[in-house]
Amino acid sequence: MEPEKKILSHTISVLVDNESGVLARVIGLFSGRGYNIESLTVAEVDPAGHRSRITVVTSGTAMVIEQIKAQLSRLVPIHRVSDLTQEGPHVARELALVKVAAAGDKRVESLRIADIFRARVVDSTIHSFVFEITGTTDKVNAFVNLMQPLGLVDVSRTGVAAISRGPEPM
Amino acid sequence: MTEMRMSGAELLLKALVDQGVDTVFGYPGGAVLPIYDALFKQNAIRHVLVRHEQGAVHAAEGYARSTGKPGVVLVTSGPGATNAVTGLTDALMDSIPIVCLTGQVATHLIGNDAFQECDTTGITRPCTKHNWLVKSTEDLARTVHEAFYVATNGRPGPVVIDLPKDVQINQGSYTPPGDVRHKTYRPRVDGDDRQIAEAVRLLAHAKRPIFYTGGGIINSGPRAVAALREFARITGVPVTSTLMGLGAYPASDRQWLGMLGMHGMYEANWAMHDCDVMFALGSRFDDRVTGAIALFSPGSKKVHVDIDPSSINKNVAVEIGIVGDAGRIIEAMIAEWKKQGYQIDKAANDEWWRQIDQWRAKNCLAYYKSDKIIKPQYALERLHALTAGRKTYISTEVGQHQMWAAQFMRFDDPNRWMTSGGLGTMGYGLPAAIGCQLGNPDALVIDIAGEASILMNIQELGTACQYRLPVKVFILNNEYMGMVRQWQELLHGGRYSESYSDALPDFVKLAEAFHCVGMRVTDPGDLDRTIKEMIAIDRPVVVDCIVDKAENCYPMVPSGAAHNQMILGDGAGVAAKIEDNGLALV
Repeated sequence: MEPEKKILSHTISVLVDNESGVLARVIGLFSGRGYNIESLTVAEVDPAGHRSRITVVTSGTAMVIEQIKAQLSRLVPIHRVSDLTQEGPHVARELALVKVAAAGDKRVESLRIADIFRARVVDSTIHSFVFEITGTTDKVNAFVNLMQPLGLVDVSRTGVAAISRGPEPM
Repeated sequence: MTEMRMSGAELLLKALVDQGVDTVFGYPGGAVLPIYDALFKQNAIRHVLVRHEQGAVHAAEGYARSTGKPGVVLVTSGPGATNAVTGLTDALMDSIPIVCLTGQVATHLIGNDAFQECDTTGITRPCTKHNWLVKSTEDLARTVHEAFYVATNGRPGPVVIDLPKDVQINQGSYTPPGDVRHKTYRPRVDGDDRQIAEAVRLLAHAKRPIFYTGGGIINSGPRAVAALREFARITGVPVTSTLMGLGAYPASDRQWLGMLGMHGMYEANWAMHDCDVMFALGSRFDDRVTGAIALFSPGSKKVHVDIDPSSINKNVAVEIGIVGDAGRIIEAMIAEWKKQGYQIDKAANDEWWRQIDQWRAKNCLAYYKSDKIIKPQYALERLHALTAGRKTYISTEVGQHQMWAAQFMRFDDPNRWMTSGGLGTMGYGLPAAIGCQLGNPDALVIDIAGEASILMNIQELGTACQYRLPVKVFILNNEYMGMVRQWQELLHGGRYSESYSDALPDFVKLAEAFHCVGMRVTDPGDLDRTIKEMIAIDRPVVVDCIVDKAENCYPMVPSGAAHNQMILGDGAGVAAKIEDNGLALV
């Protein structure tokens, strides 16, 4: 494949003013211009300064990734756009809550695998568990796949939160 | 000292006055009655009552583009806001600064599907540069100042301020404009010195350079226009421009190649294709300009100057992308050129101009003359000749007449040309002419129209009449949506599906019904007399100029083709040149 056509996945952090409609602006930009969203998380990170941090995992050619960053940067309530994938090493994690309903061997096996993955049991009934697992997207995917034949009934994932390594802020 | 308390409506008007606003285009309704009441009690702001909210926004665009000031619009909630959407999108595409004030139902009713409620900020989010819903009267004045800052700084564009009725009625305190340092929006205006030096060095060593300028020069203002002209003069570089940039460089100058793009000049497109260094100055590589991207100017190194970083490398990858204000950057380029003592490479420059003159000799705007039927090109040639030397402003609708106007009305000054470039909005021209005339009371303002487009906002003749605005509407009436008909002829086997303007009104009687003057001309021999009479009448005039129904607009880069695959006026081989992939393009 020609290098300029290669599809790349990038994790982009966006620091925004936490005003009404700001998330709609970001999402509308992606849908309106046909960009992909693989994962998106948002929460206020600075209550005093009313700032929220959006982490978006997106994919596209190098030219499209540049466009996405430029388009995000020109939204009025945006403080900073940072391409974690491009700017150096970073840590990316997501959290999932995984509900498994099973009895007998399957129930025991699910608990054993949860232990291997360092997932915690956060709810338990006679018939079910809810596991809390944190890790990279790949690790969460692997855990969910393993639970599939063991009575998986429901999954809730946060999407990726990411931050650069080292002492520097965004 | 006690703080001055005022109603939201009064605060709004005070903020507008402090922003230098003297004219507002609007239409009243239930959700803006407090503002209209406040307008009634003052004299600082003139309100211009349009006949449809779309007209209000286009009028504000015409005002803005011809005066260089932001245009202000005031409409009610619900349908008032939704009717403004086309105008807002138009202003967004063409980077026109507009502040649009919309009424909204009272805050406690928002979300209840109240009468004339709509989600205005939601609907206008993708068609504005930014928008605000003001939830407290205390925030109102500050929001207005912020809105003007955002609309006019960086790449200009439309903004919406949504004003719930209770916010207009409640009392609040005033915040003066003061020094705005926006907490997040601070666009870069000065270019990077190292990049500028690199770009100018590239230009100094070019053999076949070209300046491809756009609306960004006009938006940047008179300094940018002056800088562009000087830069071209000292470097000897030929200049072409987009539709939106016409007038920034004088059409009467030898270095002017004419407009480029789909219906641009043969010499401009060939020079773009064959150049070795391209300076894109305040232009954005729009698809009307580039033709087939893969075949676009294959041998050139490209420098792109734009105030919007997202314009750079969006459609065309460039070697040097400089973010900042076009005027300031061109000034810095001139300084760098002089500082380094660069000279025009005379031998290369002469050779380049010899080549350009060969392309020019094709005389690409040539058309078959007739003494029986008015050719649309002839009508505009005469209109241009008979208005030259006056302070003339031209607006257009959208279609063939628009392209002919761009080709035949030759502009020597900026801000004289108002057209819907990006969105291509039929119905733009008449309200834009009205806004232009309000901003330039002594000027001759002509809307060059087609018989189909003009009907899209014909109601604005009422506005022209009410305010005694002597705008001229010059209709090139070929009884077809001409550009649709042309494409159907070229691409769809001459099956003229729904493009015939059937059941047309009598435009003379229609003008008279609006208390305007109506005239009709069918004979080429009567054309000059009619145009002179139109100019002489100090009232709104509609001229129904009956032209050749079958005329096509050339030259033309067929969809999916490259700049060097232009077709000329004889129309030979057009269909053969449009390939299947071209069919899917607009």
